Amino acid sequence: MSAIATEALRKVYPPPSGRRKPSSGWSPFPAGEGGPRPAGEVVALDGLDLAVNAGEFVGLLGPNGAGKTTTIGILTTRVRATSGRASVAGADVVRDPVAVKQKIGVVPQRPNPDRSLGVRDNLVFHAAYFGMPPADSARTADALLERLGLGGRGDAKTDELSGGQQQRLMIARALMHEPEVLFLDEPTVGLDPQARLSLWEILRDLHAQGRTIVMTTHYMEEADQLCDRVAIIDRGKLLAYDTTAALKSQAPGGTAVEVTLDGDASGVVAVARTAPGVTRAEAAGTVLRAWAERGGEAIPGLIRVAEQGGRAIRDIRLFPPSLETLFISLTGRTIE
Amino acid sequence: MNRPSSGRVFLALLKRDAYVASRELPFFLLRTTMQPLLFVIVFGYVLPKMGFVARGYGAAMLPGILAISLAFASLQSVALPMVADFGWTREIEDRLLAPVPMELVALEKVLSGVAQGVIAALFVLPIARLIMGPIPGLDVRGLGSLLAITLLAAGTFSCFGLLMGTIINPAQIGLMFGFIVAPMIFFGCAYYPWQGLDAVPVMKYVVLINPLVYVSEGMRAVLTPSLPHMPIVAVASALLVLTGFFWIVGMRGFTKRAVG
Repeated sequence: MSAIATEALRKVYPPPSGRRKPSSGWSPFPAGEGGPRPAGEVVALDGLDLAVNAGEFVGLLGPNGAGKTTTIGILTTRVRATSGRASVAGADVVRDPVAVKQKIGVVPQRPNPDRSLGVRDNLVFHAAYFGMPPADSARTADALLERLGLGGRGDAKTDELSGGQQQRLMIARALMHEPEVLFLDEPTVGLDPQARLSLWEILRDLHAQGRTIVMTTHYMEEADQLCDRVAIIDRGKLLAYDTTAALKSQAPGGTAVEVTLDGDASGVVAVARTAPGVTRAEAAGTVLRAWAERGGEAIPGLIRVAEQGGRAIRDIRLFPPSLETLFISLTGRTIE
Repeated sequence: MNRPSSGRVFLALLKRDAYVASRELPFFLLRTTMQPLLFVIVFGYVLPKMGFVARGYGAAMLPGILAISLAFASLQSVALPMVADFGWTREIEDRLLAPVPMELVALEKVLSGVAQGVIAALFVLPIARLIMGPIPGLDVRGLGSLLAITLLAAGTFSCFGLLMGTIINPAQIGLMFGFIVAPMIFFGCAYYPWQGLDAVPVMKYVVLINPLVYVSEGMRAVLTPSLPHMPIVAVASALLVLTGFFWIVGMRGFTKRAVG
């Protein structure tokens, strides 16, 4: 049975009301590419179909503004879709949001503990909102704090916790009422590497216990390490959805070589396609992007092509076969 | 875990606010009673002693002072945390994800605002009476109607707080006090009875858009019934209509802020 299913999910944000500064306004789109219509509408999701099986750990991968947070928002009943349908744990998010809320746990992008309450009280009161008797919840809270490395901090104020500790408190809170589905929105952003690794451990544990987990991230490595399946989302569309192994095998021609030139790359792209080892090449502004079975072997040829075309080379980057090369080939740009 | 009843979740939400409010009680009382107390001291004690205002002024003013404490304790206890919650802390998210309809989360906020307004009024009344000494015409025998007006008034201003809390962004919070709260207080018939505005006829009708007018006049009707005041039925009807209006508009704002 599907733990989560969405059907042609679409979300269009209306233009920001009031004063609008056309040039300095925020836009999720890089300058010059697509972009919002003149009316200022932002299409955050553009017909998303996604199904997650019970017990599965799924990563939503995409750059900032891809629509990941909007997806989580809709699935957690906190954002109303413009059209389309979504159900979580068997309940429709619009028709029966209360049933959905009962079955999900949500870890937000930015920790938002109840700062008027202490650390343990955050968990105990949260459990009470879900009908848990206080005696049980105090015990569960202490066990969860212990498990998430916050043992002994139960009486602290939430402001006394570090960013990583607050993030773990959010996970503990999301688990208090034993949700069927756990949503995490970029849980490791802003964490130091050690805190990040320890969070990974926790997530692996939760997954091993059979919980359905949906996590958004813009770290390829994170998706690769943790998820059963990865959904690659860009500009509100699902570009690919498969196991990490299958996705990597779809990445075209091995390594991607990105050569940044001092001027427009479109003049040299035709010649680049004939360079030794190159299976495919394209130009995007000043970037000449080529794919090769072995990236290193293609570099000398690409340098020659650039020089013959009268261009100087500013930078060369290699992306070995990975989710990242797939992402580049799907979207024409890097994720970060 | 089984789905709890809405009533049970509602009580848990209420318990949270009661717990937080009880820990902040001294600050709450200080915040909500300081300004009325200063007025009581200056207008109810110092000026009458100096002979600048007539002795009877205290009786005209006391219900108004009470009205202000009650109304703004309710308003602030709902609006201020909500402005912060929706503005940047997003702390309320936790409660929005509780397994109850959104309306119950808002209703709980309103109810907790009502309770805080009533507590503020209960605290200010005896202190004011103490400072001003015997007040001619003060008569608290109509306890039932006093309670009814108090609850209605607290409801009106809690719902008004819901509206304010959802339409004001944190950067404008100063404006709320300067441009909404202050004019409301001064044109709210708190420091003078509405009938006294016969002297300024235009104002007499313009101030009717101010919800505080009905709270002040309602307090006068139940606390100093022998002095001029609006009929209690008119006051109660106006407060009921305003409560309904603020609830509907406030709930619309709340839903808009809570569900993107």
